[in-house]
Amino acid sequence: MGRRMSVADISYVLAIGGLATVALTILVGPVVIVLLTSFGDSQSLKFPPPGLTTKWYEALFDASQSRQIHRAAGNTLWVAGCATAGAILFGTLAALGLARSRSRLARIADTAFMSPLVLPGLAFGLAALMYFTFLGLRPSLELIMLGHAVVIVPFVLRTASASLSQLDPALLESSASLGASWLYTLRRVTLPIIAPGIVAGGFLAFIASMDNVPVSLFLAGPRSDMLPIRLWGMMESTLDVRVAAVSGIMVASVLGLMLIMERLVGLTRRMRD
Amino acid sequence: MTIAIAGGALDAAGTGGRRWLAEWQLALPLGLAFTGFFLAPLLILAVVSAFDDEQITRIGFAQWIKFLGDPFYWKVIFDTLKLGLLTVGATVLVGYPLALVYLGARPALQRILLFIVVLPLLTSVVVRTFAWIVILGREGVINGVVMALGLAPAPLRLLQTEFGLVLALTQIEMPLMLLPLLSVMSRIDPNLMSASAALGALRWRTLFRVILPLSVPGLMGGCLLVFASSTTAFISQSVIGGARLVYLPLLIWQQSLVVYNWPLASVAALTLLISVTACIAAISLIGRKIARHVDG
Repeated sequence: MGRRMSVADISYVLAIGGLATVALTILVGPVVIVLLTSFGDSQSLKFPPPGLTTKWYEALFDASQSRQIHRAAGNTLWVAGCATAGAILFGTLAALGLARSRSRLARIADTAFMSPLVLPGLAFGLAALMYFTFLGLRPSLELIMLGHAVVIVPFVLRTASASLSQLDPALLESSASLGASWLYTLRRVTLPIIAPGIVAGGFLAFIASMDNVPVSLFLAGPRSDMLPIRLWGMMESTLDVRVAAVSGIMVASVLGLMLIMERLVGLTRRMRD
Repeated sequence: MTIAIAGGALDAAGTGGRRWLAEWQLALPLGLAFTGFFLAPLLILAVVSAFDDEQITRIGFAQWIKFLGDPFYWKVIFDTLKLGLLTVGATVLVGYPLALVYLGARPALQRILLFIVVLPLLTSVVVRTFAWIVILGREGVINGVVMALGLAPAPLRLLQTEFGLVLALTQIEMPLMLLPLLSVMSRIDPNLMSASAALGALRWRTLFRVILPLSVPGLMGGCLLVFASSTTAFISQSVIGGARLVYLPLLIWQQSLVVYNWPLASVAALTLLISVTACIAAISLIGRKIARHVDG
């Protein structure tokens, strides 16, 4: 690159570099600020906080003070685990079924299964509440699981389909020509190859369920309190700094899980592709 | 026995391979669950919206007439779509340059950038919204800087303003813009850029004539996701926007869980569903037009 930079090229570097810096600051800044706030001793969310403390974390871990938060967190983990298991089972089966089909119906089905990603979740949340009410069902954790499973299936379906599309058909053909049954080929060839994709999709689905507001908002009841809804309540009424402590724990766990997933299945690359 | 027969029947039908059931049938469980727990509820939404009274006894279109005849509700619809478009604009403005930096970065830096993009996406929306309360508040980060530099006589009012909400949503939704964009960018042949530069093209020209046209599919994918997500972002809208800024999600929540007027809530939910879907269809139509123009 012996060419000297022209004025136009300098303006390019400045404009693009400047805007990209803004983007990076906007992306990372809030995460850092949440972590700092959770260790700050200000009642009113003053930033930077006057001093450092761990009292919000102590209050959060105190069983008598924060029992409701603990129960909501437990519910949320349980629901996310079950909904993810369901999404992995149904999503992987559907991906296997649709992957090699070029029929019009298969394309329509695929688009439909992916639609919860773009359709307004709140409309579905309200719809699910009315639907279950008309069926005579009361709000419960099981119904929330069902609702979550439907909206998180796209994550599994997408990553599983992507892995399947990279699977060399010659492998399946040679397995079949060597006399292996379809089920044997699935168990010994297909699944081991697409497993990382399924794990990555399952992880994203789990996070999406943990994070879900639109469905939980309508289906959560007094006995089925969910963490995001409780945190929202805590932010709306009095600004409870324990929200910062919960946030700190969530950021730390997501960071840890992400590093593990990156090692195991190359998570971020899969999310990009 | 039955397995062998089924497999034979399939082979006769020309699907190839030895299978004990047709492959597409594996999609049936999800298909049934999807019909029973996604399509059916959405159908109920349409049915409930066609009732006059809150007890859901009289069929009629009174709620639709009330909703569509009231300028207040039209403003809510307009504001919701406007919020989506503003967020799309802001995420493109800062997100696209970041994608360009990613495109030109070495693999090691690319991996770090990708990690930075994904981290906020996996951090709960509630956490991200909370962060913006700390940033935008009276004693928050921005006002701290503004007061320290003496830029304003009194703390700026940022919470409960559209500006503050769009700023927060820019961070909250940016990963959704960047992921499809980075996906498309990473497939652009680097030789095209070097060829353009070697032929003496300025970087701006390379951007607008080579990179931008090739990244249209990713850009459109990102716009679609950001628009869909920001228009339905109930928590961010209600906590940062407050009660003064009313968007369709808040209206749906109020009517269904506070006022218990399910027909009106259904009308609002369907309006959100239809208007967002229409905008998404328009965005992808424009995207396809541009892509075809580029190819041709």
